[in-house]
Parts: sequence; structure tokens; C-alpha cells
Amino acid sequence: MADQVKLTKTDRRRVWWRSTFLQGSWNYERMQNGGWAYSLIPALKKLYTTKEDRAAALKRHLEFFNTHPYVASPVIGVTLALEEERANGAPIDDVTIQGVKVGMMGPLAGVGDPVFWYTVKPIVGALAASLAMAGNIMGPILYFVVWNAIRMGFMWYTQEFGYKAGSKITEDLSGGILQDITKGASILGMFILAALIERWVNVDFSPVKVSTIKQSKGAFIDWANLPSGGEGIKKALVEQKAGLSLDKYKVTTLQDNLNTLIPGLAALLLTFLCMWLLKKKVSPIIIILGLFVFGVVMHVIGVM
Amino acid sequence: MTLNFIQVILVVLVSFLAGMEGILDEFHFHQPVIACTLIGLVTGQLVPCMILGGSLQMIALGWANIGAAVAPDAALAAIASAIILVLGGQGRAGVSSAIAIAVPLAVAGLLLTILARTLATIIVHVMDRAAEEGSFTKIDIWQWIAICMQGLRIAIPAAAILAVGAGPVKAMLNSMPSWLTDGLSIGGGMVVAVGYAMVINMMASREMWPFFALGFVLAAVSEITLIGLGAIGVSLALVYLHLEKSGNSGNGGGGANTGDPVGDIIDKY
Repeated sequence: MADQVKLTKTDRRRVWWRSTFLQGSWNYERMQNGGWAYSLIPALKKLYTTKEDRAAALKRHLEFFNTHPYVASPVIGVTLALEEERANGAPIDDVTIQGVKVGMMGPLAGVGDPVFWYTVKPIVGALAASLAMAGNIMGPILYFVVWNAIRMGFMWYTQEFGYKAGSKITEDLSGGILQDITKGASILGMFILAALIERWVNVDFSPVKVSTIKQSKGAFIDWANLPSGGEGIKKALVEQKAGLSLDKYKVTTLQDNLNTLIPGLAALLLTFLCMWLLKKKVSPIIIILGLFVFGVVMHVIGVM
Repeated sequence: MTLNFIQVILVVLVSFLAGMEGILDEFHFHQPVIACTLIGLVTGQLVPCMILGGSLQMIALGWANIGAAVAPDAALAAIASAIILVLGGQGRAGVSSAIAIAVPLAVAGLLLTILARTLATIIVHVMDRAAEEGSFTKIDIWQWIAICMQGLRIAIPAAAILAVGAGPVKAMLNSMPSWLTDGLSIGGGMVVAVGYAMVINMMASREMWPFFALGFVLAAVSEITLIGLGAIGVSLALVYLHLEKSGNSGNGGGGANTGDPVGDIIDKY
């Protein structure tokens, strides 16, 4: 063949945009296959012109495929390179292409799931959620912008990387940079998660009163004998600042006692319990519903 | 609160978008913090819906579609509970009972998701026939039919809730006794732990636990903001990765890598 068909940057950009809809026809039989074929169409259209070639290409790309939707991009990049060579006469058969796809999707899903679903999303999500819960519109905006910037950048860059590296990409993956990113992300993730558990999981045993002590005179503000008007308010405030308690009775709750150990201990134990239950293959939905029931019961009997 | 015609259309549109994203998982319109905020925006109840979205987001932190597994449906939970919150007209006071409604909805949504993914199997068989003909256009069309079906998965239930109207929804919310709503909000304070537990189960290894302990203890110092904690976390990660590398090279090509970076550093001296 005299003239070589090449995929331009515009073609690759079209594929990149279409890969946004990779999971659109996700199904139990061949999972992401429909979206995969859909994503590659701009390239296939350019590379193959006869009806037979096009039909063969489409069938080849409607085979089983499933990975994390973002890390599919490097696989798409490699596939584009392979298809381009094939269209230009290189002896690359269907088995090779399917082999590269299947060979890459497993390990890459192993990178994509922890990095995106279990690190980036919880961190960005928690930050945005905390802003939103405070009524700050920046929460949702921040989530949308940050998430999509990371995602779109990652998908374009890795697709280009895959395209240029061709079939060599699988070797590159075992190299250091991706492992570093995964490990660094895990460290940050574990650190932030622990902090969020301390701050955001509420397990409060305040209604349980451990002790009620009648305090001696002079340890509490003597409301009955304060001067009247503003003078009295001033005196009360000064006395409170001096460390006098507001009530005649000093109430110590179970929560106060737990807080002297470390605040958030109950939340931590609850998280460990959930981890253990999840490892025992208890469905998260059951645990969530169980916690709601537990909350209602404990409230009714006056413990929480 | 009743919505006018345009608001109804917009709510259904937002639901459609959330349904599409529920499967695509790309732009994240289905994430509660965004979905609820959008419902709030088009119905003029921005702040209560945003607070609801933030709270649900905390619960849904660890929900993800892994492999063929289907996560609880954040899209239906977020959209339906936000619509119920708006129709209930209680504003911020209705947030905690809306959260309690959201969780059973997420389970119900799971069934709809499984149904939609099964129907998609039929669609890819149609695609197979289009491939025989070498027709790119037909593949495109069927891909979009599949995506729209996922949109309808949320838009139809949303429209149904709107059709039932504010009356029954309000009556249902008002009939909930206070011990139940208070108890549910206590439960709501605890369920976020489930999301965290799922995430930790994925990331945890012996190497990572010290960072967990550090994060937990430092968070007890209430003067440090979340952003401050983030900075500490990033620094720890960078320092750790750097020490690990320099430790390896110190041992001559990493041949004697003991997997214990601190030990490697100590050995160096």
C-alpha cells in the first residue's frame, strides 16, 4: 500500500470524547463492549473503508471488555496504535488485539479502582460535602470542577501515552511512577480518612449520666444572689470565665468520660466494627439499615 | 410546596442527567452533592438541598461500581430524597428525615439498576447485528438508546414522585413521630462509618496503618482545619516516598530492600 492512513490528533480527540460514554450500554453479558466499539468508531471509520473491513472491525471490538472507566483510556490508546498498524498492512490479527485488551484491563482496573473510587473520590467528596453541609455553594462547584479536571486530564494524557507507547505499555506499567502514585495516594487517603472519622462520625452517649455531684458553694455561679440588670450579667460572665460552673450540680456524662481517653473513640470502634462486618461479607446496605434501627432503639431507651 | 410547570420539567431533566451519569460515572452529576444541589437550584430551595446533598455524599463516600458489582444507587437516593425534601416544604428541618428516606431508596434503585443492565444485554445483541452490516450509525444510535434508558431509570421515578404531589409526601413526613426522626438522625450520624470502612478495607496494609493513627490523633486537635490536615497528609506521603527511594539506593541498587524504609535509613548511618 502506497498511502499510509494515519490517525490525526482530531481523530484521537474524538475517540477521547466518545470514551466518556464507555459505560452507557453496560450489560451483564459483555459489560463495556458496546461503549468500547462506540468509542473507537471515529478511528475505525477513518482506517477502514470497505463494508467487510468495517463489519470485521466492529465485531472485533464488540467482544467482552470491562475495566475501570477512566483507565480504559490507555487501553484505547494502545488499541488505536494497533489498529492503525493493522490498517496499514501490519500482520496484527484479532487475537493479538483482544489479547492486549484483556491483558491490560485487569491490572489497570486494579490501579483505577483504588486510586479513583477509593482515594480521589472520598477526599474530594468529603471536602465538598463538608462545605455543602455548611451551606457553602463552593462545595458542589469544587467537586464538579476538580473531579472533571482530574478525570478529563487523566483520560486524555493516558490515551495519548498509550497511543505513543503502542503495545509496550504493559511493560511501562510495572515501572515505578504508577506505583508511587498509588502508594502516595493511599498514604494521603488513610491519613485523611482517619481524620474524617474523628470529625464526622457522630456517636454520642451524652444522655447517659455517669454521675451528678452537688458542688460546694463558690464552685458555681450563685444566680439567686447576683446584682440585678446588666451588672449581674457582667458578674456572671466574669465568674464563668473564672471557671465557675453554670449549675449547682456537676453532671458527668458517659461521653465526657470517653472524651478524656480520646475524642472520637466510639466512632473509631464503630468503623472497625463495620470493616469487620464488611470482611465477613455482610452487605453494606444491611449494615446501614441496621445502624438506623440501632440509632432509633438506643434513642428510645435513652442511651444516645 | 408545589412546583410550576417549568420547574417540573427541569427537575425531570436533572433526574434524567443523574440517571445517565449513574451508569457512565464520568461527570458525576449523580453524586448527591451535585444532584441534590441541582434539584435545589431548579426548585429555588438551594440551601436545604445542598445540605442534604452534602450529608448523603458523606454516606456515599465508599459506594462504587467495582467490576460487575453494583453499588447502592446514589442517583435515585439523591434525586428522590431531594424532591421529597422540596415537596415537604420543611426546609432545613426536613433534612434528617430525607436522609433516612434516601437509604431505602438507594436499595430500591439497586433493583432498577440491575433491571436496566439486563435490558442493555438485549441492546448489545442488536449492536451485533449492526456490526454485521458494518453500520457505524446504528451502533451510535443504539449506544444512545442505552444511555437514555439509564436516564429514564431515574427520570420516571422522579416524575412519579412529582405526580403523587406534595400532599401525600408531606403527610407521610408529618406522621413520623419525633422519637423516630431523632433516632434516625442519630443513626445518620453513624452510617457514614460504613462508607469509610469500605474505603479503608481497600487501602489498608500494614505499611499504611501508622498514617491512619496519625490522622486520627491529629484530627482531635480541633484547631487544625481539614485543609491543614490535607497539607500534613500530602507532606507525609511525599516524605515517605522520598525516604523509601533514598533508602533503596543506599543499599546498592535496592537488592537488599527489606521493605522497611526507616530501617534502611538507619542502616545507612
